[in-house]
Amino acid sequence: MKKDIIRILRENARLSDKAIAARLGKKEKLVSDTIKSLEKDGTIKGYQAIIDESVLPELAVKAIIQVKVRPEREGGFDKIAKRLCKFPEVSSLSLMSGGYDLGLEVDGKTLQEVATFVSSKLAPIDGIISTETHFLLKKYKVSGKTMENDETFERLKVSP
Amino acid sequence: MNMKNRIAQHIAVLPKSGIRDFFELVNTMGNDVISLGIGEPDFVTPWHIRESAIFAMEKGHTSYTSNLGLLSMRKEVCKYVEKNYKVRYNPVNECIITVGVSEALDLIFRAITTPGDEIIYHEPCYVSYSPEIKMAHGVPVAVVTKEKNKFALDPKDFEKAVTPKTKAILLNFPCNPTGASLTPEDVREIARIAIKHDLIVITDEIYSELTYDAKHVSIASMPGMKQRTIFLHGFSKAYAMTGFRMGYACGPADLIDAMMKIHQYSMLCASILAQEAAIEALRNGRPEMERMKTEYCRRRNMIVKRLNQIGLKCVMPKGAFYVFPNISSSGLSSKEFATRLLQEEKVAVVPGTAFGECGEGYVRCAYATSFEDIEEAMRRIEKFMKKIK
Repeated sequence: MKKDIIRILRENARLSDKAIAARLGKKEKLVSDTIKSLEKDGTIKGYQAIIDESVLPELAVKAIIQVKVRPEREGGFDKIAKRLCKFPEVSSLSLMSGGYDLGLEVDGKTLQEVATFVSSKLAPIDGIISTETHFLLKKYKVSGKTMENDETFERLKVSP
Repeated sequence: MNMKNRIAQHIAVLPKSGIRDFFELVNTMGNDVISLGIGEPDFVTPWHIRESAIFAMEKGHTSYTSNLGLLSMRKEVCKYVEKNYKVRYNPVNECIITVGVSEALDLIFRAITTPGDEIIYHEPCYVSYSPEIKMAHGVPVAVVTKEKNKFALDPKDFEKAVTPKTKAILLNFPCNPTGASLTPEDVREIARIAIKHDLIVITDEIYSELTYDAKHVSIASMPGMKQRTIFLHGFSKAYAMTGFRMGYACGPADLIDAMMKIHQYSMLCASILAQEAAIEALRNGRPEMERMKTEYCRRRNMIVKRLNQIGLKCVMPKGAFYVFPNISSSGLSSKEFATRLLQEEKVAVVPGTAFGECGEGYVRCAYATSFEDIEEAMRRIEKFMKKIK
C-alpha cells in the first residue's frame, strides 16, 4: 500500500488523495493518513514539477561538477558533503564510485555566475582536492520524462 | 458466369461486423470523444521488445522462416506454455507460429471442418468466431452465456447443444466482450463432456495473463485433454503487441500438421521481425506485463463500482479488459444506448449486439484507456442516465 502510493505520486504528484484512493480501491482517509506519515518520516521529501528549466532565468545555466575530496578521519565523505549541501546553488549532490568522489549539479543565471561559484566558493574549501566543471548543453530526459514532446500516434477509435 | 453471382454464396450472405458500422459513426464525431470501444491495450509495446525488432532488422534478419516459425521461438513458446499453463508440447511438431490468433483460428477451423460439421461456441463473443466457422463451411452453433452465471459457459448448456454432427467446441476465457472466466470445476466438467462426446476443444486464451483475483486454468492441462485440444495464444493483449500480429497454436501433431499445410500455402510464415520481437517478450516481458496488469486491475475495480453506482448493473469480470454492463434500466436498446451516448455525451461504447444477438441489453466498455478518461466517461454516462430517466 505504501509502495503503491509512492509509485503513483512519483508518476503524478498532483493527483488528489481521492483520486489515489479510487485507483487503489481504498478509503480516502487512509490514503491521506499514509501520505502524511510518509512526509513525516522523510520518505517523501517534497513535491516538484518536472519543468523545462530553460524558462526560468535563475536556472538558465547548469553545470555538472566532479569533485575530488580528501575524506576526513571521522565522518568520511559525509561531513564535507553535508557542508556542500548548504549552498543553494547546488541542486543535487551524490557520492560516486570511480574517478571522482562527489558529483554536483549547480544552477546559475550565467556562465560567469557558475564559474565564480566554483572558483571562489567551492574550490577553496578545505578538503577539496580538485574540481572539474562540465557545462550542460541540453537536457533530453529528466526524471523519466522526455523534454521534447513525442509525436502522438492515434489508435483506432473502435476495434473488436 | 452471371455477374450478379460473382461473389461466392457463402461470403455474400456473411454479415459485416457490427463494430464496423459503429466505427464509422464514431469517426464522424470529432476528437473530444472518449472511447471505451477500443479492444487493444493503451500501452505502447514495451521498448525492449520494440528494440529487438529493430535489432533483428539491423542484423539483416529479413528472410522467410520455417513454415512453422523459427525453431528458437517455438522452443520459447513451449517453455512459456509449460511454465504458465502446465502443458508440455514438443516445439518440433506440436507448435505453429501464426499471424495473430485470428489466423490460427482460421487454420484450425479449416483443418477440422468437413462441410456440414457443427462447431459449438459461446455467445456473446468475439466478432469473428461465427463468420470464420462459416467461411470454413462449418455450421456455427451458439450457446448463450448468461449474466446470472457471470457469463461463464454452463457445462449443461454446452452438453445440450451437442449433436452427432458436432466436431468441436470453441472456448474463449477470459472472454471478449464479457471478461468472464471459467472456474476450475467448470473447466473440468467441460473437459469431461468433450471426452464423452469425442470432441475437439479449441481454446483461445489470448487474455489469460490478464486474469485477476484467481489463477487462470487452461483446459489443455486437464487429464486426457492434450490430445484433443488446440491451445491458441498470442502477444497482442498481454504484451501490448497488437500491430505485430503474433500468435501461435499448440496441440497434437496431426492437427498442427494439418494447420501447417494451410498456413504454408496461404501465409507461408509469420513475419520474422515480429517473431524476434516475440522471443524477447517471452524471455523478458514479464515485469512490464505485470505492471500493465496491475493498472488494468485498478481500472476494472473503479469502472465496475461506478457503473453499479450509476444504476447500470455490472458483473465483476475476472479477466481481460472489458466490462459488459446491463443497460436495461435505461429502457433503450443496445444500439440506441450506444448511439445516443455517443451523440449526446461523446462516449463511445460498443452495442452488445455486435457480439451476438444475445448481447441485446448490454454494451461493452473496454477499460484499456487511461484512468482519468474512464473517470470522465463515467461522469458523462451518469449525466446521460439522469437525463433519460
